Amino acid sequence: MKEYQTITEISGPLVFAEVDEPVGYDEMVEIETPQGETLRGQVLESSEGLVSIQVFEGTGGIDRNASVRFLGETMKMPVTEDLLGRVLDGSGNPIDGGPEIVPDDRVDIVGEAINPYSREYPEEFIQTGVSAIDGMNTLVRGQKLPIFSGSGLPHNELALQIARQASVPEEEEGDDEEGSEFAVIFGAMGITQEEANEFMQDFERTGALERSVVFMNLADDPAVERQVTPRLVLTTAEYLAFEKGYHVLVILTDITNYCEALREIGAAREEVPGRRGYPGYMYTDLAQLYERAGRIEGNEGSVTQIPILTMPGDDDTHPIPDLTGYITEGQIVMDRDLNSQGIEPPVNVLPSLSRLMDDGIGEGLTREDHGDVSDQMYAAYAEGEDLRDLVNIVGREALSERDNKFLDFADRFETEFVQQGYDTNRSIEETLDLGWDLLSMLPKEALNRIDEDLIEKYYREEEAETAEVEA
Amino acid sequence: MSQAEDIESVDEDGVIESVSGPVVTATDLDARMNDVVYVGDEGLMGEVIEIEGNLTTIQVYEETSGVGPGEPVQNTGEPLSVDLGPGMLNAIYDGVQRPLDELEEKMGSAFLDRGVDAPGIDFEREWEFTPSVAEGEIVEPGDVIGKVPETASITHKVMVPPNYEGGEISSIETGEFTVDEVIAELDSGEEITMHQEWPVRRARPSDEKETPTEPLVSGQRILDGLFPIAKGGTAAIPGPFGSGKTVTQHQLAKWADADIVVYVGCGERGNEMTEVIEDFPELEDPKTGKPLMSRTCLIANTSNMPVAARESCIYTGITIAEYFRDMGYDVALMADSTSRWAEAMREISSRLEEMPGEEGYPAYLAARLSEFYERAGKFQLINGEEGSISVIGAVSPPGGDFSEPVTQNTLRIVKTFWALDADLAERRHFPSINWNESYSLYRQQLDPWFRENVAEDWPERRQWGVDVLDEEGELQEIVQLVGKDALPEDQQLTLEVARYLREAWLQQNAFHDVDTYCEPEKTYRMLGAIKTFNDEAFDALEAGVPVEEIQDVDAAPQLNRMGVADDWNEFIDELESDLKQQIRALY
Ligand SMILES: Nc1ncnc2c1ncn2[C@@H]1O[C@H](COP(=O)(O)OP(=O)(O)OP(=O)(O)O)[C@@H](O)[C@H]1O
Ligand SMILES: [Mg+2]
Repeated sequence: MKEYQTITEISGPLVFAEVDEPVGYDEMVEIETPQGETLRGQVLESSEGLVSIQVFEGTGGIDRNASVRFLGETMKMPVTEDLLGRVLDGSGNPIDGGPEIVPDDRVDIVGEAINPYSREYPEEFIQTGVSAIDGMNTLVRGQKLPIFSGSGLPHNELALQIARQASVPEEEEGDDEEGSEFAVIFGAMGITQEEANEFMQDFERTGALERSVVFMNLADDPAVERQVTPRLVLTTAEYLAFEKGYHVLVILTDITNYCEALREIGAAREEVPGRRGYPGYMYTDLAQLYERAGRIEGNEGSVTQIPILTMPGDDDTHPIPDLTGYITEGQIVMDRDLNSQGIEPPVNVLPSLSRLMDDGIGEGLTREDHGDVSDQMYAAYAEGEDLRDLVNIVGREALSERDNKFLDFADRFETEFVQQGYDTNRSIEETLDLGWDLLSMLPKEALNRIDEDLIEKYYREEEAETAEVEA
Repeated sequence: MSQAEDIESVDEDGVIESVSGPVVTATDLDARMNDVVYVGDEGLMGEVIEIEGNLTTIQVYEETSGVGPGEPVQNTGEPLSVDLGPGMLNAIYDGVQRPLDELEEKMGSAFLDRGVDAPGIDFEREWEFTPSVAEGEIVEPGDVIGKVPETASITHKVMVPPNYEGGEISSIETGEFTVDEVIAELDSGEEITMHQEWPVRRARPSDEKETPTEPLVSGQRILDGLFPIAKGGTAAIPGPFGSGKTVTQHQLAKWADADIVVYVGCGERGNEMTEVIEDFPELEDPKTGKPLMSRTCLIANTSNMPVAARESCIYTGITIAEYFRDMGYDVALMADSTSRWAEAMREISSRLEEMPGEEGYPAYLAARLSEFYERAGKFQLINGEEGSISVIGAVSPPGGDFSEPVTQNTLRIVKTFWALDADLAERRHFPSINWNESYSLYRQQLDPWFRENVAEDWPERRQWGVDVLDEEGELQEIVQLVGKDALPEDQQLTLEVARYLREAWLQQNAFHDVDTYCEPEKTYRMLGAIKTFNDEAFDALEAGVPVEEIQDVDAAPQLNRMGVADDWNEFIDELESDLKQQIRALY
């Protein structure tokens, strides 16, 4: 392995060095500072005689005399089932004081794309126990469904609730007990120590740590390392899922910090910036993370992703949520108003969406009425929401009886259906029954999205009467 | 071509000078623009995109991790081309026409490895060839000389390649042949096989374009009813994420009455391609009753696949479409999403350090877009027949803002605009196509077809619907201020009718077994039923019946069930008579 002391330029996270032998693109690099500290990096551009290197831990401490070693291979993650239960830093080194990790294999962290021909379409319902998700935006195994949140909103509580409660109902009764549990891989990128503790305490309290792998890049860790952390997470996830047959749930937080790091590197490379200064290739870059979710035909395991991002200024047209939404299979949107009203979780179902819902629900999967109930609740809630604006202007008395019922529906939808608290675990039947409680406030004829037979079967005449009396 | 190959093969190899993502430069490479080269020790496929002095710039269609300066570059001396011949239907390709099923087999893995090549069509498989011309006949470029039953629904026509001279047939075979075996010889010495090659960046020749007069019937009410696209027409579907671009494209791929469908998944989700692969073989073409997959060719460069192949997948798709057009077929090509293609151009351009145009896109963005859409049309073919290519491109504007360059440049070219609306999508009004903003410039030229094939008063009935929706738009503004009950009764009634137009007619559930496809006759009759309600209701109102009573007749909400009604003719007959009877009973 050749060592060079040929650094010509240091700029932000980048180091340029002269070489006299060819170096491969993306290859790993070790830089030893005169103080004896070893930093790691990766080749960003390789030309004859000159190489630019992105240093993960930041370039602090590097000077012209630092020595540069090219390792002759791209970055690898040592993988083994023994990673379960372990806590690692953002570069994959254990920080829990546990035993050394003896790898089964070392896998390239820039995962290869899954051949679309080899994929299996995800359609197994995951019960999260959260009505706003299960009922209205159903998650399925192998889906990538991000949480669009804002700073200060309780996205972590929701993510933890999902991690605790997620199960695949059929298998709970099945013989194979272990198969139904998810292995959780948690990747923190630039979150605070406090937030990290919140996750760790919950994992420890519930015993979830045993079936988890935790990667921690905290707010005061180098930003460039954030480029690597999610790739380590996903490499581990793919290994456990597709080599070892686990159903893996990946939680990545906070994608916004990841994207900021991407922007920083782009700026250091003096690239032409795209929208709001983020690099033009951010879509492709994010896709290389998010598309590493899924199922493979003939393979037991699955990778389900719940990335969390905080929308700068609560703006969903900001490039980070925008590009994410263009890649993921829907989104769960947290709402500041609902949060201040004390709704837990404050999920606004209207802008939320699960694109894989249709194939994962219905007779034999969840319940025959699921699709219709969810459609109808969407429509009714949207109508009630619209009427709220009008009420502010003309008052409730000026509205028809029908309109008043929709207003009541919207209120109860928020305070009874969406509201449930972070410790309540509702089965899908409970969620749908609750839906019928609310829908039965509305006149039968208004339920134009539900099959007539289903109305016959599930509509509650008593509820309708009480609603009548109240009105 | 075989001669050309001999000359090119003596080419000197070049040497890699630098590697930066998908862009590699090489020195000492003797190459022409757009030549295909093999890069590095692993032989990764690439294409020459710039030549400057001794330095050649190459975009590589595979990941370049680990590739370094000093490794060799080999020139094939040929431009990026597709293999054309029987075996393209029912296939799924990557952006440079490598069959993904074959790659899975060759790589022995569900993950896409690199440096593996596979031809676009199977060179070993034998096809049954039946000639349609005899020895002694004169054939010209483009002429059909025989047929191959390619799939359950499609007959593949074997043609004299467009770059041949043509002449008298001196011999022609019958029977089973591989695509490379000579099946006919001409007196000019030219040999014809079932295999043609064509460079993707060059349009296949045709005679001239004609004005399209037939609709591409989609089975989607809002499209056929309000904003139809012609066979040979162009359409754009822009919309923010989650507004329904892909579902609309899938609906068209499933139900449009084209002979051949080429579906290009450009920089989008893997699972969406899987969905097509899993669903289409199970679905029946409403026209032929045959599995939909047997008329479909899929091209997939998903968002995590190499970005250079995203740039090329659009060209691969349109060239395959042209080949089927040349057989006289009506081809429909869906590209989801053209924005990802434009972004791939931008990414390559920025690595080349070209002068950026608007929002960093290269200055030639508009030119590339129009070149692409120009390859659509209804054509007079070089063999005298007719064929068409309809192109429907999804556009994914950042932040859902239609003022950005890709949307704007596309709208300057295409003649049908289906504007998706996030607001409608949020309230689950699907398809979320905004009826105020969308347009079709084909409406007039297609009216005669609809009059003749569906109903004589199709345009008038449509206009009635449009007028009601327009009026609703205006009334809604007042309602926002004073509430619905403050409006005069006739206007309240108009709102009610408009609500049925939106909920019962414009909305269509792509996931409902029956509603997913709506023949034009049903579209027409459903609109008619709402008009019946309208006419009866206004008569009653005039006779002094209060609007609430009219609205509350039992039959009215049944209008919302028309879409899902299987035996729709009887259902609508009955509904119309119930409506008349019940409303007339009020006075
Ligand atoms: N005609 C329809 N009927 C029923 N549901 C629909 C229809 N169109 C869209 N949807 C719903 O909207 C969701 C999003 O649609 P789609 O995936 O087509 O969006 P998109 O515009 O392609 O988004 P992106 O740009 O992110 O790919 C679908 O998963 C489906 O739930
Ligand atoms: Mg889409």
